[in-house]
Amino acid sequence: MAELVIVDTGCANISSVYFAVKRLGTEPVISREADVIKAASRVIVPGVGSAKAAMANLAERELIATLQSLTQPVLGICLGMQMLTAHSMEGDVACLGLIPGEVAPLNAAGLRLPHMGWNTLHSISSHPIMQGFTEQDYLYFVHSFAVVPSQYSLAQCHYGSDFAAVIGKDNVAGAQFHPERSGKVGARLLQNFLEWQL
Amino acid sequence: MLAKRLIPCLDVRDGKVVKGVQFRNHEIIGDIVPLAQRYAEAGADELVFYDITASSDGRVVDKSWVRRIAEVIDIPFCVAGGIKSVADAGKILEMGADKVSINSPALSNPQLIADLNATFGQQCVVIGIDSFFDVASGQYQVYQFTGDETRTQKTQWLTRDWVSEVQRLGAGEIVLNCMNQDGVRQGYDIAQLKTIRDLCKVPLIASGGAGTMQHFTEVFQQADVDGALAASVFHKGIIQISELKAKLIADGISIRP
Repeated sequence: MAELVIVDTGCANISSVYFAVKRLGTEPVISREADVIKAASRVIVPGVGSAKAAMANLAERELIATLQSLTQPVLGICLGMQMLTAHSMEGDVACLGLIPGEVAPLNAAGLRLPHMGWNTLHSISSHPIMQGFTEQDYLYFVHSFAVVPSQYSLAQCHYGSDFAAVIGKDNVAGAQFHPERSGKVGARLLQNFLEWQL
Repeated sequence: MLAKRLIPCLDVRDGKVVKGVQFRNHEIIGDIVPLAQRYAEAGADELVFYDITASSDGRVVDKSWVRRIAEVIDIPFCVAGGIKSVADAGKILEMGADKVSINSPALSNPQLIADLNATFGQQCVVIGIDSFFDVASGQYQVYQFTGDETRTQKTQWLTRDWVSEVQRLGAGEIVLNCMNQDGVRQGYDIAQLKTIRDLCKVPLIASGGAGTMQHFTEVFQQADVDGALAASVFHKGIIQISELKAKLIADGISIRP
């Protein structure tokens, strides 16, 4: 049984997520096999690109039911986080529905899009995966769509308007920013995820 | 608040970091991976690697260094040079780069911008533009194949028109390299960057001319760029990133400490 499986979603940032987790001293497995993913003790769902293409990838790989059935800790990253919600307006596509919520175009109030660069968090919860985070920490974001804040937000970010930077429910969590590209602060989120006890 | 980005640029030739003056006379600065690692640890917000030979000489260029960088670097990085197709870009992104930057091939085949956008998403499509002020016409014009002096040529594009066109085609970010300023450390081309800023609705990165810490303050305050790219001042130790960040914060600019 693999300790940590990174789901091969067919998206481009799998290598960087793999290397980031490896730098923390674990040996992740990249897989698109349902059996391997189900047997993992933890699962990361990476993703970049568009929601519609990424959900189509998951469907083609017959992974949607598998991901919906997981009971171990799951972490979605960037588009992988958006796919945890019920629906994305990017291509009007149904997502995994693991965390209630809606992905909508980021209301940047006239600021430039994509929201690209290092930004801070606010409304940080005491959830285990947010352990050690403060409002002074900078994380690296690249996106034009975002999850609308709700009771499932574990941290928010402000860019023209507030959006959910981290979400969580039961065994599932997701980060809009790229922990694998957010220096030591990003590594902390990944470490928290590796240590998260349900 | 979104921070302005400081972006060391490493020009790469045969896996070594090199630097020339106004695109010429390249000297070797050092090995790529340790330099990249040093910059990440020093507080760089992002790194750009320009394979300066690739666009010009037509041969297949070994890009395995991209994977070696991805293994050790925990900040975003972009790879430029010699990416001529969706397949080329896919390989670079698969090896762990966060973005690809397209320059000459986008001028030869603008549709490439739209294809990259459709395949990988807007967020990883950076368009590099080499812009030269033509004294005779009084206009900024786009140049192509600037990695090789013998092939460098003026295109039919005025810089402002090309900036609009690449956004229409789906660029996610623009790096504007002001060639008159490149490598001479006399300051960024504020006048040009301000003009382009007004037309540019995606993130805009200033490139070419950084010589002092004050130049960074000026480009952020006066041209409102999202990031400032520089090479020689960092490579030669003229500016330390930590000191630069402290100054920019003192000047009231939003910066990741």
